[in-house]
Amino acid sequence: MKKITVTKWVILIAIFMITAVICSASELDSFTGEKGVLRISGGTAHIPVMKEAARRIMIFNPDIQITIAGGGSGAGIKQVGEGLVNIGNSGRQATESEVSRYGLVMYKWAIDGVAAVVNPGNPVKKLSGKQLQDIFAGTILNWKALGGEDRGINIYTRDESSGTRAVFWKKALNKGIISGKANFIVSNGAMKSAITNDPYAIGYVSVGYIDKTVCPVRVDNVAPDLDTVKNGEYKVARGLYSNTRGDASGLAKKFIDYLLSPAGQGIAAEKGFIPVD
Amino acid sequence: MQHREHIAGIIFWGATALSAGVTLAVLGFMVILSLPIIKNDMILEVLTGPWSPDHGLFGILPMIVGTLCIALLSLVVSFPVSLGCSIFIEIIRPDKPGRFLKKFVKLMTAVPTVIYGFVGVFLLVPQVRGFVSHGSGMCILSASLMLGLVISPTMILFFSQSFARVPKTYLNAVDALGGTQFQKLIYLLLPQAWPGILTGIILAFGRAMGDTLIALMISGNSVVLPTSPLDSARTLTAHIAMIIAADFDSIEFKTIFVCGGILYLMTSFGIFLARFSAGKQN
Repeated sequence: MKKITVTKWVILIAIFMITAVICSASELDSFTGEKGVLRISGGTAHIPVMKEAARRIMIFNPDIQITIAGGGSGAGIKQVGEGLVNIGNSGRQATESEVSRYGLVMYKWAIDGVAAVVNPGNPVKKLSGKQLQDIFAGTILNWKALGGEDRGINIYTRDESSGTRAVFWKKALNKGIISGKANFIVSNGAMKSAITNDPYAIGYVSVGYIDKTVCPVRVDNVAPDLDTVKNGEYKVARGLYSNTRGDASGLAKKFIDYLLSPAGQGIAAEKGFIPVD
Repeated sequence: MQHREHIAGIIFWGATALSAGVTLAVLGFMVILSLPIIKNDMILEVLTGPWSPDHGLFGILPMIVGTLCIALLSLVVSFPVSLGCSIFIEIIRPDKPGRFLKKFVKLMTAVPTVIYGFVGVFLLVPQVRGFVSHGSGMCILSASLMLGLVISPTMILFFSQSFARVPKTYLNAVDALGGTQFQKLIYLLLPQAWPGILTGIILAFGRAMGDTLIALMISGNSVVLPTSPLDSARTLTAHIAMIIAADFDSIEFKTIFVCGGILYLMTSFGIFLARFSAGKQN
């Protein structure tokens, strides 16, 4: 009997010490004692940050389960509105009709640019805004016209649910036409791998997804990166939102609070987004 | 005893009626959910127009054509290969190599289509792009080649089954008359096995039309009418998958039930046609 008590004490002290160490380094306190499932879906630009935040929270408290799905901004808004998920992410503001219909509350936790990207092997790395629009409209058909190889331009676009598409279409293409011949891709991640694999491709991804496998295109001599998005020089930018039906409560509120805490904002910055202040 | 048989009869009848009923109910479900489109007199526009939701156009004709092109081309690609394969299995080497091949084909049926999709995206698409030096490589041809691989086990197994069912005595008769292997195949085996071959083709065609992932991952999903096998195209199934992810109650969403209905009717029509021609043969 006595032996068990001693062991118990040792375990308790050990737990206290471990928690103390973790807590001193993070804002995860509020998740103590919580348990349950938090379902997240929607925007695919958000996924790297969501995954990292979820990983840290689930390590801190294994009783919490967080599931993250894609689907696009439209799907995120609809699903949270219909009560299928707790948090629906969107890479655009929810429209007025969406907000009034579902009673959505939006939480903006980062700013993100959307950049046109080409394969790193492509010599064309600069375009004017007009050229970009003509490419996507299908009026410029060959890379040769832009100083590249004599090969057709393969356009990649996103499906209608995509917030990335909505922002790119509105701000980079001036609501112009997107050629019907464009290939359709269903997430930021899939877009990146499509561009990486196709030397004659052009598409667009969230700036947070850009790495050395794809090359961002300078548009009107502005390179799309964190600095130019931050100082407003690069215009094709949008907020990243997490939406809940009604004010966030319970786990969803704690999750969103964590995203807005210094630690959460740190994750956003680390994944290539601009924190909101 | 008779009583018991009676009960068994009722149970079997019930099972038949239930499965037939469910199949018909699915069609009914599609029609009922398409009603908003039919009532608004949009059905003709939807069936014959182009797809451009930004301009208020919700036509699914490009997807119907895309589906047919991909499914037919995949049949064209895999039918000769499957026929050859099953002839090898049953006629040429029914001993060890044939048995091994048959086991292998059975294994192929168990591979999930998403695996073929992956292989297609990372191996086949770049090859096609490099080979035809046109477009992105995500096209009808790539999807058909991969889909051909997916549907070939169905055909091979059906074909070899129907070859195996040709009575041994007939085969012996051809041998006794001094017929060659080739004559045996053309004049005896193919005519005898034809109904089974036809069934295999129908099932494979149905599978090709119904497959979603291969087309979604490889065919490029563009929404214009394809004009060549090297054009990107979208199938009805991929279209449904893409729209259903985005929406719950827009016009786009309502049209996908029309897509479902069309898909259903197209498959049924194919089956009726094949049954009819098979019936005529006999």
